[in-house]
Amino acid sequence: MKSLTVSKAVTALMLAGLLLLPLYSQLSGNIFILTLFTRIIILALAAASLNLIMGFGGMMSFGHAAYLGIGGYAVGMLAQEGIGSGFIQFPVALAASAIYALVIGALSLRTRGVYFIMITLAFAQMAYYVASGLARYGGDDGLTVYKRSDFSGLINLSNRTQFYYLCLACLLGVVFLIWRIVNSRFGLVVQGLRSNEQRMQAIGFPAKRYKLVCFVISGTMCGLAGALLANNTDFVSPAVMYWTRSGDLMVMVILGGMGTLFGPIIGAVVFLLLEEFLSQITEYWALIMGPLLLLIVLFGRGGIMGLLGRAGRG
Amino acid sequence: MLLVVEQFLNGLQFGLLLFLLAAGLTLVFGIMDLVNLAHGSLYMMGAYFAATFAAWTGSFLLGALLALGATLVLGIVLEMSALRHLYGRDHLDHVLATFGLILFFNEAVRLIWGPAGLALPLPAWLTVPVPILPGIHYPAYRLAIIVVALLVALLLYLGVMRTRIGMLIRAGASNREMIGALGINIKLLYTLVFGLGAALAGLAGLMQAPILTVQIGMGENILILAFVIIVIGGIGSIRGAFLAAIFVGMIDTLGRAFLPNLLRQILSGAAASTAAPALSSMLIYLLMAIVLVVRPEGLFPANRR
Repeated sequence: MKSLTVSKAVTALMLAGLLLLPLYSQLSGNIFILTLFTRIIILALAAASLNLIMGFGGMMSFGHAAYLGIGGYAVGMLAQEGIGSGFIQFPVALAASAIYALVIGALSLRTRGVYFIMITLAFAQMAYYVASGLARYGGDDGLTVYKRSDFSGLINLSNRTQFYYLCLACLLGVVFLIWRIVNSRFGLVVQGLRSNEQRMQAIGFPAKRYKLVCFVISGTMCGLAGALLANNTDFVSPAVMYWTRSGDLMVMVILGGMGTLFGPIIGAVVFLLLEEFLSQITEYWALIMGPLLLLIVLFGRGGIMGLLGRAGRG
Repeated sequence: MLLVVEQFLNGLQFGLLLFLLAAGLTLVFGIMDLVNLAHGSLYMMGAYFAATFAAWTGSFLLGALLALGATLVLGIVLEMSALRHLYGRDHLDHVLATFGLILFFNEAVRLIWGPAGLALPLPAWLTVPVPILPGIHYPAYRLAIIVVALLVALLLYLGVMRTRIGMLIRAGASNREMIGALGINIKLLYTLVFGLGAALAGLAGLMQAPILTVQIGMGENILILAFVIIVIGGIGSIRGAFLAAIFVGMIDTLGRAFLPNLLRQILSGAAASTAAPALSSMLIYLLMAIVLVVRPEGLFPANRR
C-alpha cells in the first residue's frame, strides 16, 4: 500500500509540474524551458505509445521512430503542397502511421524474440531510406515546414503556450486511452499473450490478430507524436527515423519503468533533462550517458517506477 | 562485361567483409545468447586503431596487426567488465546496455581522435591493379580483402568444426549447463569467444578503413546490415551467415550499380533517378522481409533451443 503512495505522489507531482510549467515560464521569463518541455512531452507521447506494445504486449519494437517520421512527413508534405489545415494534416498523419503499422505488423508478427526486434528495426531503416530518397521533399537534407498546422482559429500552434497545452492534452489523452485499453478485455488478452501465448491460443484467442491490433494502435499514437514534432521543430528529416532514435525511445521506456502507465513519461523527462543537463556541463555528455544506461540496466530493474516502489516498501 | 565482372567482385568483397562482422555477431549470439549492438563499435575501433597504429609505425601491415590485437584485448576487457553480467538476462536488457556502449564508444572516439575522420593510406604495393582475366584488372587491395576474408572464413570453419575448442564452443551453444558440468571453464570460454568476435569485427573495420574514411558512427550503418544478414541466415548459424553475407553483399552492390539503368528503361529519367537510390538501399530489407515471411527463423536456423 505504502509502495503505491510513493510512486503515485511522484507521478502527481510531475503532472502538476507539467500543468503549471507555462505559468512558471511566463513569470520567470524563461521561454527556453517551455520549448524544451514541449519537446519532452512529444517524445514522452512517443515513448508511451511504445510502452503499450513493449511493456504491456511484450513486443519489442525497435523501429518505433519510423512513426515519428511518417507522422512528421505527412504534415510536412501536405504543408509543402499547400494543404495547411490541421484538420486534414493530422488525420492523414494518423492514417498513414496506422497503415504502415498494419503492413509492418502483419509481416513482423510472424517472427518473435530477437527476430522481431531486428525485423522492426530493418523496416524502420527502410522508411528512413525512402525518406532520404524523396528529392521533392528535401531528400537527405530534410523538409522545412514553413507554416504550422492551421486549426482555423480554434487553437494557434504558433503560440508557445497554446501549443504546449495541445501537446500535453494529447499526451494525457493517450495515457488515458492506454489505461482504458490495458484494463479492457482486449488489453487483458494482450497481456495474457505476453505471459503465455500458447495457453491463450489454446483457450481460443487468435493471438496474432490481437497483437496486430495492439501494434497498429501503438503506431498510430506514435504517428500523432510525429505530427506534433514536425510542428514543434518546423522541420522534418530522415534523421528522425534513424535507428538510434528508436533506441532512445526504448531507453526512455525502460528508464521510467516498462509496463507502468506513467513510467515512460517519467523516463522521457529524466532522459531528456539528463541529456540537456549533461550537454551543458560537457560537450561529451554521451560519455557519461552511455555507462549510466549500462548501470541502470545492470542494477535498476524496473526503472524509476520500480525504484520508487522499492523505496516505498523499504 | 568489364563492369559486370568488376561489380560482381565488388559484391563478393563487400559480402565477405560483412561476413566477418556477421560471424562475430552470430557467434556471440549463438553461444552466449547475447545481443550485442556494440559490435559495430568494435568495427569502428578496429578502423581507428589501424589508422593510428599505421601512422605510428609507418607500416600498413604492422598497424593492421597491432589493431587486430588491440580490438581483441578491447573485446576481452569489455566482456569481463560489463557484458559478462548480462548473460541470462532478457534480450531487451542486452539491447539497452549495448546501446549505452555505442553512445560511450562514439563519444570516446570523438574525445580522443576528434570529430573529423581519419584516413588510412594504402601502401604502394596494394594500390596496383591486378590482371584477373585477359584485359580485366581489379584493384589489388580489394582482391586482398577477398583472399583474407576467405582464409578467415575457412579457419573459422575448421576451428569450429574440427578442433577441441570448437567442439566445446558448439557444445556450449546447445547446452551450457552440460559443458559446465563436464568441468569446462565456461567463463573463460565465453570471454575467448567474445574476444574472437571482437577481433573479427576489428578485422572487418580495419580492412574497410582504406576504402572509406574512418569516422564516428561508421559501425552503425554496417551493423544493421550485419543484423539483416544473421536474420536472413538464421541466428546462431555461421554457415547461414556466410551464405547470407555473400548474398546481401552481391544484391546491395549489384543493385546500386545496375538498378538505375534498369529503372531508366521502365520509368522516365527524372522518376528513375529519384527512385533508384532509395530502392537500391531498400533492396536488402525487402529481401529480408521476403525471407522472414517465407521462413520466420531464417534460411538456415541453428539448433533450436
